[in-house]
Amino acid sequence: MDSASDKARLDAAFTELYRAHLRDVYSYSYYRVGNHHDAEDLTEQTFLQAYRHFERAQRESQGRPLRPWLIRIAHNLAANYYRDRSRRPQTTIDDADALPELHTTEALVEHREDLNRILECVRRLPDDRREALIMRFALGMDNREIARALGRTDGATKVLLHRAIRQLEELVQAEAGTEAV
Amino acid sequence: MSDTWDFETRLRQALAPVEPPADLELRLQTTLGSLVELAADELEAWELRAMKDPRNWPRAALGPAAAVVIGSGAAAGLVVLRTRGRRHKRRALSRNPLELAERTLRDVGREALRVFHDVAR
Repeated sequence: MDSASDKARLDAAFTELYRAHLRDVYSYSYYRVGNHHDAEDLTEQTFLQAYRHFERAQRESQGRPLRPWLIRIAHNLAANYYRDRSRRPQTTIDDADALPELHTTEALVEHREDLNRILECVRRLPDDRREALIMRFALGMDNREIARALGRTDGATKVLLHRAIRQLEELVQAEAGTEAV
Repeated sequence: MSDTWDFETRLRQALAPVEPPADLELRLQTTLGSLVELAADELEAWELRAMKDPRNWPRAALGPAAAVVIGSGAAAGLVVLRTRGRRHKRRALSRNPLELAERTLRDVGREALRVFHDVAR
């Protein structure tokens, strides 16, 4: 096969990759940085970086899914983003568009408050626990995928997720208790 | 157990996937495609200029081979990343969209040449 058709095949595979995972990378970026503007930047940079190393990644993946590799790129870029600009995740997510709609106003308000409280507590978790929860619940990644994205063993990832959920639950309960007083 | 399950359900709702803006995919595709072309055009112009100076002949002879590399995704990605790094400064310096576009093109050309120099070195 000549190099031109190799390149065309590679480009087609890359196009397929970003169409399949654009939402994943964007969701991850959004929950990491907390606003749409920076999430778009981070998503673009993730795919540009991925494009640079795609051929090697494809070769080394041996047929395994490339989503963990993509998320790992986004994870590293997000870490640089905070380090370079001395920023932290914003206090609240831009808007509540992503939150599901309920039928009655009262239920809607309560439900939104509950979900916002959970999001706020997610933000207060240690970085690795927050990352793991975003991967599991926003992206629907399984333990093995999360382990690959975070560079950990499957066992360590399972423990990390378990502790993250437990800590988050405690934080949310404490927060709800404080608000009720 | 059901409490935990309930909490995980709420957590899944709180962390619902977020749809990217409709134009993001198209923009990304366009960015990659156009920058590969721009990098190639800049190289062609540089090669023609370089051929007039005998000191550049050895390097110019490497040009076609290097241009293939520049046209590859890796080099184009590098050009894009380096160019994007200065976008806030460009926006601040530009008085209107046309000027911003001109500055962007100049930066792209400059970065394409830098990548070329790195490759040819």
